[in-house]
Amino acid sequence: MDEKVRMEIKNMNFYYGTKQALCDINIQVYRNRVTAIIGPSGCGKSTLIRLLNRMNDLIPHARIEGEVLLDGHNIYGPDEDVVDVRRKIGMVFQKPNPFPKSIFENVAYGLRVNGIKDRQYIRRKVEKSIKDAALWGEVKDRLNDSALALSGGQQQRLCIARALAVEPEVLLMDEPASALDPTSTSKIEELIQELKKRYTIIIVTHNMQQAARISDYTAFLMLGQMVEYDLTPKIFTNPAKKVTEDYITGRFG
Amino acid sequence: MKIKNVTKFKENIYRGIFTILAFASLFFLLGITVILFKEGLPIFQKVSVFDFLFGRYWYPTHADAEFGILPIMLGSLWVTIGALGVCVPLGVGSALYIHELAGYTQKSVLKPLIEILAAIPSIVYGFFGMVIVAPFIQRTFHLSVGLNAFTGSLMLGIMATPTVCSIAEDALSFVPKSFREASYALGANRWQTLINVIMPAAGSGISTAIILGMSRAIGETMTVLMVCGGAAVIPHSFFQPVRPMTATIAAEMGEAVMGGAHYHALFAIGLILFLFTLVFNIIAEIISRRFRVKLGLGR
Repeated sequence: MDEKVRMEIKNMNFYYGTKQALCDINIQVYRNRVTAIIGPSGCGKSTLIRLLNRMNDLIPHARIEGEVLLDGHNIYGPDEDVVDVRRKIGMVFQKPNPFPKSIFENVAYGLRVNGIKDRQYIRRKVEKSIKDAALWGEVKDRLNDSALALSGGQQQRLCIARALAVEPEVLLMDEPASALDPTSTSKIEELIQELKKRYTIIIVTHNMQQAARISDYTAFLMLGQMVEYDLTPKIFTNPAKKVTEDYITGRFG
Repeated sequence: MKIKNVTKFKENIYRGIFTILAFASLFFLLGITVILFKEGLPIFQKVSVFDFLFGRYWYPTHADAEFGILPIMLGSLWVTIGALGVCVPLGVGSALYIHELAGYTQKSVLKPLIEILAAIPSIVYGFFGMVIVAPFIQRTFHLSVGLNAFTGSLMLGIMATPTVCSIAEDALSFVPKSFREASYALGANRWQTLINVIMPAAGSGISTAIILGMSRAIGETMTVLMVCGGAAVIPHSFFQPVRPMTATIAAEMGEAVMGGAHYHALFAIGLILFLFTLVFNIIAEIISRRFRVKLGLGR
């Protein structure tokens, strides 16, 4: 298969103080593919995805070893600007977290902080991003209303629109549907299928069916170790390791 | 059956005790308000409300007594505004530092230390202001008196700083961490996040902090009595002695004839002061309630 590598996690170890949370992780993330990270609670899925845009920089006493390459470039390199890294690698969080601002301003925010002043451009970009997030029809008449008035599912799609507006190269999603109802969840899943045509997506999920439905590659993590990483159909039909099979068949987890 | 009844009885007793305790403060508030009105209002039989509030001369012990509290109110106003000029930058600035820049260790030392400033008795501030700050101000600005509105403002500002800092820092830390993360994830830097997301979200909490700091400044007595100079004259500059409302009551109540006009006038000053701080507190409450709703924290 002629897959192009977009991101690569190399020999990564991560420590909270003296406690090792991730142990020698190696994953290659391919361009325009959805890569799912699954595993039981506390296995380090969220820690791992938050390392990919340096969100864990905010945690005191945390330490990382190894490299995370974006197009061959280490985002933990000494000259790397963390703000720039985060602009290139967008993130959607587990709980919808719109700012207490209007719907329009939520999406425009990323453009504004990145120095874009052209109002015309901002307006077009906001509209396009909201359309890309499949939310336009529901909010086009009330862009100036508070984002907090939206439903949970709408808020999450707004957060996706907000992330898309700054045109990231990779989109990280940390259990984006775990706080949503089934209808909203399936909307988000459809959206992910649509978005992967233009973005590279990494998604953490505790929901194995979801991983099987939407992802091309799946990494199975347990106790901070990567047990297995392969094409999603392979992981779910013919896993190489016994423990992976036990997990996906629901014997534990 | 018998055991159950005993439990029920006990529960009722506890319930009764706590209810009484809870309503006690309401009772005190009511009592104080009633007394303030009862003892304060009679002055208006002698002077009209307008003359009392806007009269320019306060000569309460004169044979031909005058009860105009304008100079006294202006005294309070000046030192309060001056104090805000000190405590807002100091308090909000240190809150921002503690919240944004200080590491965990620094934070756990700094905040309690600043709060200890609030534990220093006001007489000590007054003493410090009188003996050290006032002579310093007098020398620096070549004034005839060091005990003036400026020195008073400075001392009050320092006294109100812990209130402002502590509440403002609480407001900043109430802003959900997810807002900060969302902002960072969009490529915003620390200052953009602080100015565009954290500050607006904490804005009403910070306003509350400032208003409560103001209440503290306007209600403070001992320090202003000691360092403001005590002249009941309409102030034309910050470097003139003033006599704030609290200082007036404290200084004169001991000499006022009980039940006399002067006595009632002092109570009326207390009543007006009470109304001021009440309004401040109500405004602070309204703002902080709006703040909680805005952040989706419920009422």
